[in-house]
Amino acid sequence: MAQTVLFIIIAAIILISGILAVTTKHIMRAATYLIFVLFGTAGLYFLMGYTFLGSVQVMVYAGGVVVLYIFALMLTGQHDNDEKVPAATIKKAAALIASLGGAALMLFIFISHKFATTVLTAPSEQLTSVKTLGTQLVASDKYGFLLPFEAVSILLLACIIGGLVIARKR
Amino acid sequence: MFDFTTVSTWFHSLLTGVMPEWLAIGIECLIVLLFIIILYATLAIILIYAERKICAFFQCRIGPNRVGKWGVLQVFADVLKMLTKEIIKMRQSDRLLHDMAPYFVLVASFLTFSCIPWNKGLEILDFNVGAFFFISVSGIGVIGILLAGWASHSKYPMIGAMRSGAQLISYELSIGMTMLVVILLNGSMQLSEIVQQQADYGWNIVRGHVPAVLAFLIYLVAGNAECNRGPFDLPEAESELTAGYHTEYSGMHFGFFYLAEYLNLFICGAMAATIFLGGWAPFYIQGADGFNSVMAAIPGFVWFFAKAFFVVFLLMWIRWTFPRLRIDQLLTLEWKYLMPLSMINIVLMALVVCFGLTIN
Repeated sequence: MAQTVLFIIIAAIILISGILAVTTKHIMRAATYLIFVLFGTAGLYFLMGYTFLGSVQVMVYAGGVVVLYIFALMLTGQHDNDEKVPAATIKKAAALIASLGGAALMLFIFISHKFATTVLTAPSEQLTSVKTLGTQLVASDKYGFLLPFEAVSILLLACIIGGLVIARKR
Repeated sequence: MFDFTTVSTWFHSLLTGVMPEWLAIGIECLIVLLFIIILYATLAIILIYAERKICAFFQCRIGPNRVGKWGVLQVFADVLKMLTKEIIKMRQSDRLLHDMAPYFVLVASFLTFSCIPWNKGLEILDFNVGAFFFISVSGIGVIGILLAGWASHSKYPMIGAMRSGAQLISYELSIGMTMLVVILLNGSMQLSEIVQQQADYGWNIVRGHVPAVLAFLIYLVAGNAECNRGPFDLPEAESELTAGYHTEYSGMHFGFFYLAEYLNLFICGAMAATIFLGGWAPFYIQGADGFNSVMAAIPGFVWFFAKAFFVVFLLMWIRWTFPRLRIDQLLTLEWKYLMPLSMINIVLMALVVCFGLTIN
């Protein structure tokens, strides 16, 4: 019961801020509404008892990605760029196709799958302890995540080298 | 050692005896909320008074001494003044974000505040990833500061916010690394478990000797920078930026920033006490049984507050002793000295734990 009420509150926060994020005309406000969407997602993880996942969500998205957005906007954006430049027809058409495709995909997944549970239950915290996650992350056996882990580090290395190349003195 | 869970389980059974469980849990949540808010406000008043007095002593002044005996009512007078001040609305600013920004800072402060273990069995938020949660929610504060700087639509707040963003993101790394050192030593991320181990095997700063002392020193420097306090108070730098990111704030909106700054100072001190100085664990000397029993008679939360305020005093001492750094010196200190040092420190601690070189 309490779980359901909390779920509805969090879902409403996510939906409302998600809609506000795409309808607002100020880009900094859009970034702020995006923070609330991400916090709401973290709230859902906490509600389901996945505290590690929730903390990662807050740290990586709210603390990292959105701060990066805001930083980039502060460095590049102007306060008075709110007047709308009418978008080109090709852009409008592309946006329409992309959103229709996304909606169709969502609907297909929604219809073709059944919901596993009707009630949101919180599993025990001990079920997915940090120790299990940690050993699984660097395990090389059947369900180990060593290869993806290393692939991600190569991606990060590429990002660092890219940053250095862009920032170097010519 | 007194275990607070006996009180909380007794209270819970008392409530569930007369009402359904959901109502009991609701009432308990409200009580916890009230507890957090009252403790937050009380600590802020104590800290502001302590800061003014200690600052005065370091500068060979007397400090507040007119309002009440020894000036103890000065802070209450200031709070009243702040509450009755007008909140100025500016035409050029983004009103929504401008009004929202202080609350981000405050929420981050409240969430980190709830992670602290006050006594044995007296924690509010206690996950198995407690230390990680602490680091991640403390990162929300920087959003508030950046938004405050941007939404004010003025040069000084903008420069202050940019500086603060660079500073907070950089020093967060050192904080995380020093906490990793402690997590390595204790083998747990749960803050209550970390303190329990220190009660059993001795304080981390003693048990982990060289790497732990190094980590403690790095934590003090990085913590001071995370709280935006001198010698790292570049985001406000009153002599060059008026008041930095909160230049355009007035009344209680400024008050929230002020409140959060002081409470962040306390949280920094409390976390240092929790992870290095043993939290609520009393001071024991091996073999001296009479002495140990006297120490164990002192309640845990007294130990906790004594240690936390000791660290807070250290931080205030640093603030009123050193001159302010330049922004390039600040970033050099973090990226060229503290970061490599804390990385080496993690390896050192891993070796110490691996070869069982800890002092038990």
